[in-house]
Amino acid sequence: MEHVLAEMQEKIRHAHAVGMSLRIVGGESKAFWVCPDAQEILTVSGYSGIVDYEPSELVVTVRAGTRLAELEALLSENGQMLPFEPPHFGPHATLGGTLACGLSGPRRFAVGSARDFVLGVRILDGLGNDLSFGGRVIKNVAGFDVSRLMVGSLGSLGLMTEASLKVLPKPVCEITLEWPLSESEAIGLTNRWAGMPLPVSATSFEGGRLRVRLSGSEAGVMSAASKLGGDKVDSGEEWWRSLREQTAPWFHTGKPLWRLSVNSCSPPLGLSGSVLVEWGGALRWVASDHLPAQLYKTAQDHGGHAQLFRGGDTAHPKGSPLPPVLRKINRKIKQQFDPKSIFNPGIPSWL
Amino acid sequence: MTGGSTPGSMEPLRLALSRYLPSQDILIQPEELRPFESDGLTAYRQVPGLVVLPETEQQVQAILRTCHEFNVPVVARGHGTGLSGGALPHGQGVLLSLARLNSILFLDPLARTARVQPGVRNLAISDAAAASGLYYAPDPSSQIACSIGGNVAENSGGVHCLKYGLTVHNVLRVRMVTLEGEILELGSEALDSPGYDLLALVTGSEGLLGVVTEVTVRLLPRPVTARAILAAFDDVEKAGAAVARIIAQGIIPAGLEMMDGPAIRAAEAFVKAGYPVTAEALLICESDGTPEEVESEMGRLRALLDDSGALETRLSVNEAERLKFWAGRKAAFPAVGRLAPDYYCIDGTIPRRSLGQVLKRIYALSHEYGQEVCNVFHAGDGNLHPLILFDASKPGELEQTEAFAARILELCVEVGGTITGEHGVGVEKIDQMCVQFGVNELHAFHGIKSVFDPSGLLNPGKAIPLLHRCAELGRMHVHHNHVPHPELPRF
Ligand SMILES: Cc1cc2nc3c(=O)[nH]c(=O)nc-3n(C[C@H](O)[C@H](O)[C@H](O)COP(=O)(O)OP(=O)(O)OC[C@H]3O[C@@H](n4cnc5c(N)ncnc54)[C@H](O)[C@@H]3O)c2cc1C
Repeated sequence: MEHVLAEMQEKIRHAHAVGMSLRIVGGESKAFWVCPDAQEILTVSGYSGIVDYEPSELVVTVRAGTRLAELEALLSENGQMLPFEPPHFGPHATLGGTLACGLSGPRRFAVGSARDFVLGVRILDGLGNDLSFGGRVIKNVAGFDVSRLMVGSLGSLGLMTEASLKVLPKPVCEITLEWPLSESEAIGLTNRWAGMPLPVSATSFEGGRLRVRLSGSEAGVMSAASKLGGDKVDSGEEWWRSLREQTAPWFHTGKPLWRLSVNSCSPPLGLSGSVLVEWGGALRWVASDHLPAQLYKTAQDHGGHAQLFRGGDTAHPKGSPLPPVLRKINRKIKQQFDPKSIFNPGIPSWL
Repeated sequence: MTGGSTPGSMEPLRLALSRYLPSQDILIQPEELRPFESDGLTAYRQVPGLVVLPETEQQVQAILRTCHEFNVPVVARGHGTGLSGGALPHGQGVLLSLARLNSILFLDPLARTARVQPGVRNLAISDAAAASGLYYAPDPSSQIACSIGGNVAENSGGVHCLKYGLTVHNVLRVRMVTLEGEILELGSEALDSPGYDLLALVTGSEGLLGVVTEVTVRLLPRPVTARAILAAFDDVEKAGAAVARIIAQGIIPAGLEMMDGPAIRAAEAFVKAGYPVTAEALLICESDGTPEEVESEMGRLRALLDDSGALETRLSVNEAERLKFWAGRKAAFPAVGRLAPDYYCIDGTIPRRSLGQVLKRIYALSHEYGQEVCNVFHAGDGNLHPLILFDASKPGELEQTEAFAARILELCVEVGGTITGEHGVGVEKIDQMCVQFGVNELHAFHGIKSVFDPSGLLNPGKAIPLLHRCAELGRMHVHHNHVPHPELPRF
C-alpha cells in the first residue's frame, strides 16, 4: 500500500509545483451533491484496507479508500457499528468520502455526528506533506484538534489517507413505533421525549406520521415502548435505511432538495413544498422551488443554516453564507493547509 | 520563576485599561497579584504584570484590543484548577480572569440547552438544570470549582465520559473574542453549521486562539437510576484484562474507574469507603439508565468480573452505598496527597489492551527512581493518572520527578497512546509534544495559531512548542519513518 500513498503524494507535489487543480475522488457516491470541476482527478479508492482493529478498544483505524460497506460488515461481525450511521448513497462509498462530507444518519440525533467519532487522521496537505493528528485512543488533547477540522471540509484542506474512529456496540434490541400526528405535534413531542430518559435513537416525520426508533437492551426498549404507546412498525429497519440512503419515495419529487439544520424546537418552518423532519426536529428536509435567499433566511431565523442537497450545480454547491469574520478565518485556514488551492476548486460553498 | 514586571512598567497599560474598567478591577499591587501566580500545577509560579477582572464581554474585547495595541501578552484564566500550567501568568503580561462573567444566561428545558458565561462553574450548570430533570454530562473531578470556559479550553473529561463524551461532544456553540478584538460565534443552535468545524478546533485549544466569553452546552436527561459495582483483584493485569473484556462484550458502563493497591490503601485510610485494602487493584463500574436496563447490565457485569478472576464483587444496594463506593475514588487525589509533601499527576492515555503492561512498567520505573507511585484513573478510556510522590523541598526532587514523569509519557506514546488525555499540554508537557508530533504537524499547529492570533500574544509559550525548542532537545520525532527536512543538519 505504501507505493499507492507515494503515488498520491507525488501527484499532489506535482500539482502544487505547477499550480494544477485536483479533484479528490473516493467512490463518487456523493457526486450528486458536490462534484468539483478540476484539471485532474486524484483517486483514493486504491488506498484501502483496515490498518488496525481490536474490538475491545472500540477503535478502528482504516485507510481512506476503504469501502464503507466493507468496514461496516467487519464491525458488524464483531457486534459493533459506526455510531453516526452514515449514509452511503451508493455501494462504492468510501470512508474518506464519508468523513470529508461529514454526513451522519438517523442515529446522529442520539449519539453524535461523524466528527464526534473521529479520533485521529492522517492527511496529505496541499504541499504533499504527510501529517498525522490525534491518535488511536479515546481521549487525546495534545495539539489542536485538526482531526475533527477535517470532517466536513469536503476535501478542501487535504487528502485524508487514514482515519481512526471510535465505534460502539450495536444495540441488542431495536423497535420502531409510529403515530398519526401533525408536524407541530410531532416536533413538540420528540423534543419533550428527548428530555426524558428514553432510549430514542431516531425520529422521522413526514406525511402526517411520526416514527420513532428505540434502541438498547431488550428490557430498556420494551419498558420504553410500553410507556410511549403508538403502533409497532414491522418494517422499521427498512424504513430507517431508506431514510438514511434517501431511497424513500419522499426524496424523489423532482424538486430541488434542501437540507435545513435548525434549532430542534423550531415550529414548522412555513415553507411551501413538502417537508421531512429528522433528528427530533433539528433536521428539516424541504423539497421546493424557493429561492436560496429565502431558505437561508428561514434557516437563520431558526438558529441554523440551509444547503442545497440535490438538484443543483454540483461544481458550485449552494449553502448559507458565513458572516464575514468567519469567512475570513475559513479562508485563512484553507490557505494554511492548501496554499495554492489545488484541492477541489469551487467548494466548499462557504469559502 | 517569580520576579514579574519591573515597578511602573505596567503603568501606561493600566492607565489605558482604566478607560474600560473601574480601577478596583485592575490589580497591580504585588500582594493582589500573588493569588494568581499559579494554577493547579503549583510547581510553576509566576506573578503576572497585572490582573484584570472584567464583568462583560465588551470589557474583555476592550482589554484584548488594548493589549494588542500595547503588544502585551495575555493569559486567560477561569478558576485556576488546570493541571498543566495553562493559566500560568506571563511576568510582563496581563492575566485576564473570567471569574466574574459567571451568569447562567438562559436555560431552555425543551431544547435541552444552557447558554452560560465562561466563569460559571461546571457543577452550577447541572444544579441549575436539575429542576428540569436535566444535567450537563462532562464531570471533571474538579467540577465544583472549575469553569466551563476552562473546560472548553482544555476539552475536559470526567468519570462519565466513556458513555457521555467529552466537552467537545457536549458543546453546541461558543462565543469567543480574538486578541484583535473580533467576536466569533462558532457553532449554532442547530446540530451542525456551515464552515470548517472551528468549534472542534477551538475546544481544547488551551486559550491560544481566543478568549471564550459564552458557551452553549447540551443538557441530557438525568438517568432514572444508577448502581455501582466494586470488584477487587490481586493483580493489576487481571483488572486491566477485565476492563477490556467488559468493553469487548458490548457494555459501555457509565463509569469504569480503576485504582491500584497503593491508591486503594490511601483512599481507604482517608475516607473509609469500605475498600478491600489487601487488593492490588479495584474496579468501580457504574451502570445507569432505566431500572430495567441497570438491572440487566449489572447482572452481566458481575458475571464478567467474577469470570475475570475478581477476588470479590460488591453491588451497591442503595444510593447511599453507591455514593460510598465513589467517595474513595473521588477523594483519591487528596488521599494520596496525605502520603507525601507533594505529588505529581500524570495524564497519559493508552490503548486499553496495554493497561496491565504499562502499569507494570510504571512500577519498574518507580523502583528505578526510588519514588512511590499511586494509580487512580479512567480505565474505561485508557486514561492513566499516575501520581508520583515527592518532596519539593528536597533539592533535585522536583527535577527527578519531572524526569520520571517524562519517561512515563514517552512510554504512553510508545504503546500507541498520547501524552495528555484531558489535562492539556500547558507549560508542563511542552517538551513531550516534540515526542508526540513531528515538525510538519507542529508547523501546522503554528499555522492555525497564526490564523487566529497573528501577533502570538495569547498565552505564549504554552501548548505548542517552537520548532527550535524541539530541535535543541534532540527530541525530534521521526514519523512514519520519514525524517522531516532530511536536508537540514541534525544537532
Ligand atoms: C483536583 C482536581 C481534579 C481534576 N480532575 C479533572 C478531571 O477529572 N478531568 C479533567 O479533564 N480535568 C480535571 N482537572 C483539571 C482542571 O480542573 C480542568 O482542566 C478544568 O477544565 C480547568 O478549568 P479552570 O476554570 O480551572 O481553568 P484554568 O485552570 O483557569 O485555565 C485552564 C486553561 O484554560 C484557559 N482558559 C480558561 N478560561 C478560558 C476562557 N474563558 N477562554 C479561553 N481560555 C480559557 C487558560 O488560559 C488555561 O490555558 C482537575 C483538576 C484538579 C485540581
